[in-house]
Amino acid sequence: MKEPQGTSGLILNEPLLWEKGKKGRCGFSMPRRDVVPSPLDEGLTGDGPDFPDLSEVDVVRHYTRLSQWNFGVDTGMYPLGSCTMKYNPKINEREASLPGFAGAHPLLPPDLSQGALELMYRLEQYLAEITGMDAVTLQPAAGAHGELTGMLLIHAYHKSRGSHRLKIIVPDTAHGTNPASAALCGFHPVAVKSGEDGIIPAEAITAIMDEDTAGIMITNPNTLGLFEENIREIAEVVHSKGGLVYGDGANMNAVMGIVQMGKIGFDVMHLNLHKTFSTPHGGGGPGSGPVCVKDILEPFLPVPRVIKKGDEYLLSGDFPESIGKLQAFYGNFGVMIKACSYIMSMGSEGLKRASQLAVLNANYIKEHLKDSLYLPYDRACMHECVFSDRLQEAEKITTLDMAKRLMDYGFHPPTIYFPLVVHGAMMIEPTETESKEDIDRFIEALKSIVAEAGKDPDLLRRAPTRPKVRRLDETAAARKPRLTG
Amino acid sequence: MKEIEELFLPDNVRYAETHEWARDDDGNVTVGINDYAQDQLGDIVFVELPEVGATLDKGEEFGTLESVKAVSEIYMPVSGEITAINEALEEAPELVNQEPYNRGWIIEVKPDDPDEINTLMDNNEYIETLKGDE
Repeated sequence: MKEPQGTSGLILNEPLLWEKGKKGRCGFSMPRRDVVPSPLDEGLTGDGPDFPDLSEVDVVRHYTRLSQWNFGVDTGMYPLGSCTMKYNPKINEREASLPGFAGAHPLLPPDLSQGALELMYRLEQYLAEITGMDAVTLQPAAGAHGELTGMLLIHAYHKSRGSHRLKIIVPDTAHGTNPASAALCGFHPVAVKSGEDGIIPAEAITAIMDEDTAGIMITNPNTLGLFEENIREIAEVVHSKGGLVYGDGANMNAVMGIVQMGKIGFDVMHLNLHKTFSTPHGGGGPGSGPVCVKDILEPFLPVPRVIKKGDEYLLSGDFPESIGKLQAFYGNFGVMIKACSYIMSMGSEGLKRASQLAVLNANYIKEHLKDSLYLPYDRACMHECVFSDRLQEAEKITTLDMAKRLMDYGFHPPTIYFPLVVHGAMMIEPTETESKEDIDRFIEALKSIVAEAGKDPDLLRRAPTRPKVRRLDETAAARKPRLTG
Repeated sequence: MKEIEELFLPDNVRYAETHEWARDDDGNVTVGINDYAQDQLGDIVFVELPEVGATLDKGEEFGTLESVKAVSEIYMPVSGEITAINEALEEAPELVNQEPYNRGWIIEVKPDDPDEINTLMDNNEYIETLKGDE
């Protein structure tokens, strides 16, 4: 194998800090005592916790080395389907570290927080415009929290009309958190199967939608990376029976500036700022899952809400029908700054272009790999494409083996075994931030892995061989977890 | 994963389309998942069991199996009351992989209708449905 980019080099071992320290070593100098000694209460004295004694350089090297074992979007391509691991521009970090923002405190009164409140107010307006919805709450801390918020809003809506509906329809191509969020809110999720072409036929919804159903939760584009083409018809069916349509906007990266979700029938949807709007996530989080609604749901939005009176921004709790507070304060503010920075630096044309390139990149990968990997739904995809290991079954090579081998080529593996509707799924989302050259290298890597599967399948079963750790025993880790050092 | 010919599908149990097996043990029905299901799921790491005494209809979910790949629901092959659960699976979920028809059994059911088990497939009929899945 030709030496791929970024796969070889020095991997520095690093022991635990407890194994590095030496009694008496110290990283700082105590100032001279300039007060009279005052003995502590006996209950407060005794041995301290078992912390190692370390010098500054011990600590710096330790964490620098550990950070080098990581793989992130700053290291290389991270095509984790449904996660939108796009590059996080550094300008976002610069804006978030401006002293006025970084030093803000949630308990400061509004007249000392005008800048922070204005940012929230404007971000709500941007998100409403991008989605084609009427009002927004920034409180939810992440996507699933946004889903729960949406469910609470739908419940509050029906309750205000004196109706008590128990069921929520969830297609099998929705995100796995959807039925969980509905159930957490007390609804009974009702599963519906997608059609043979990977999208939901409107008839399937007509067949089960009734006056006992509060609404539908639909991910569009869905988890197969396909656009739900019957969405308007489905929304009409749901609306005609008095239900509401919840949209999971986790895949919004495919359609920014292209589809107005409000116009295709969504009544409420969440966005993942940490996916679509380029804020760090995974280990770099936290997330943020704003919820956008049509005006019929606006009275129920969580409080406090940012309002504008004249030239002044205020926090108002005066919304008697509100579902209440969802967060200790107002949401993950640092994430909001970064997302706002992204939206303002991209502009409306830039966001649209990002979605177009995200879709183009996914289709480019799909077309180049469909002869090597089985493509269960062979049609134009949105921002991600889903393959499976069916063509490798003869060699008994699984999706897991191929994903592990990809690490040896210097790439983060894609999402595997999801969505569940595809057996042995491998879900690839390149995002718009990868160059054509990098995408070509990724395609070449997967092609050579497929070739290796035919010639030397054991090479894949042993993979990965180059990262810091080899293949982990996931079964033992799940059956007999060891949660301490 | 196993080829169809490699699967162990004994003829003393009946099979549901959703890959559970059911065996008539002197009037009570013992239920588990078959060799095909355990092989497809991979290493099972957790079994969520129902409460003894629950009454469920055929086709209703009575528990979940968590493997390293996914979480899957398991469904009642016949209607009835759950009279026993295999508590050993709490400590040793791997029994479902190792001995799906013996120590890996999941629940025991007192069927509403003792004849309902005969509406399930025998091993030959079940193998035919697997061929259809290929």
